[in-house]
Amino acid sequence: MRAFSRREFLRLGGAAALSLAGCARTTGGKARVVVIGGGFAGATAAKYIRLWDPGIEVLMVEREAVFTSCPMSNLVLGGYKSMPDIQRGYQRLADYGVQRIRDEALAVDGAKKLVKLACGGDLSYDRLIVAPGIDFDFSELDGYQAAMAAGRVLHAWKAGPQTAALRKQLEAMRDGGVYVLSVPFAPYRCLPAPYERASLVAAYFKQAKPRSKVLIVDANPEITSKGPLFLRAWSDLYPGLIEYRANSKAIGVDAKNSVVNLEVEDVKGDVLNVIPPQRAGDIAAKAGVVTTNNRWCDIDWLTMESKAVKNIHVLGDATLAAPAMPKSGSLANNQAKLCAAAVVELINGRPPDPRPKLINACYSFVSPGEAVHLAAVYGWDAGERTMHPIKGAGGTSSERSELEAKNALAWAQNIWADSFG
Amino acid sequence: MRPAWLLTAALLALPIGAAGQDGARGRHLAAACAICHGTEGRSAGGNKSLAGMPAAELIRKLQEFRSGAKPATAMLQISKGYSDAEIDAIAAYFAALGK
Repeated sequence: MRAFSRREFLRLGGAAALSLAGCARTTGGKARVVVIGGGFAGATAAKYIRLWDPGIEVLMVEREAVFTSCPMSNLVLGGYKSMPDIQRGYQRLADYGVQRIRDEALAVDGAKKLVKLACGGDLSYDRLIVAPGIDFDFSELDGYQAAMAAGRVLHAWKAGPQTAALRKQLEAMRDGGVYVLSVPFAPYRCLPAPYERASLVAAYFKQAKPRSKVLIVDANPEITSKGPLFLRAWSDLYPGLIEYRANSKAIGVDAKNSVVNLEVEDVKGDVLNVIPPQRAGDIAAKAGVVTTNNRWCDIDWLTMESKAVKNIHVLGDATLAAPAMPKSGSLANNQAKLCAAAVVELINGRPPDPRPKLINACYSFVSPGEAVHLAAVYGWDAGERTMHPIKGAGGTSSERSELEAKNALAWAQNIWADSFG
Repeated sequence: MRPAWLLTAALLALPIGAAGQDGARGRHLAAACAICHGTEGRSAGGNKSLAGMPAAELIRKLQEFRSGAKPATAMLQISKGYSDAEIDAIAAYFAALGK
């Protein structure tokens, strides 16, 4: 997550991108939509707007060369998948006519409808889609940033270099060592993911360094998702290997002593994986669309348009969740299509679909070969003007299975293909 | 990319005023399925493609998932999130797409 120098930008094909920059509206297109962010939300929105109305010009601003998926990244930590397995290029979005600009959005002027880019130039828009995912709030964790810079603590909560680095640390850890996994208060990106991570690291320890231990220190009063399924898997598959402590909020990291400071005690570990509290990605605040607790962006669920700034839509993990709606890749992808449909209707002077629905399908591996799922359907509640889970249409697997692991891998292949072309 | 005539075909293939749904509604509802069944119902692997499936077949399957008559994993829950009219609109949309 870094900016690129001008020289690097040009070397990476910036010349083509620069030709797209500038305030003037391009001729021919009936409207221009700019998308900031090329994750599950942003890439899907860009693709589906073009799929449903090829007359709309779509520019997607993304600073990374390839997408690295958080879903399935815990399999990399366990040693069951490699980094290339969880990465996808953006080239195929060009088949849909999405114009990709490899750059970083620095600022948004909602009044003038302009996005300022790091490498120079402004992009004008008719509608802007802000899909920045999360950034971290390190302010409640003393010593974290220095410890992270020294490689003594990692979050690996944005899949990428930290995923590879954490895997290396787990491989290098002595047999008999302690892996400390600290979970922040909900809401955070992907509620069940810490417990999936604990399961797959435990599976690796069981096979490669059986005297080691996974210590989960969770700020929450209990496991935040799929609790009974994880607890059963841990007692059946990894007896004595995983220790779970609830109500254990991290407040600091002491790199020198390899310690995580909790409110109530300190815990020592060989590998420290502390997941910080999160908020909407930084560009959301710069665009003025953060509305709630300085963290999340409230939106109109019929269009995903910001309640704070007109003509800016916000998607995915950055949104203020509707009731009982987690921050998941499936929902980011589904919200993007709701938004794409609404943007196409609005640009064509028609009202958006008044009864949208969203699906969440969320898989977690509890061992390298077995998974569990949680599924839900959300529908528009006209009275409360929000999305609600539909009664009876939500729930989890009754038990872990190999079939669910196959389904999880099929889900990954299909959502990656659906989001990235 | 799907040629433009397919979309036209999809819209035309819908019974006019079927359960108060229009073509765009079926398309929007069906788009949610792509996370497991692929863009426009063309699976990228591992799960069934829905594009080109006869409407009656998809309606029967979804209704059997919903009633519990057909064993399922995630579809056991997801099928319960849709009304008969919505299932009809989704099935009509996929049926009108080429395989």
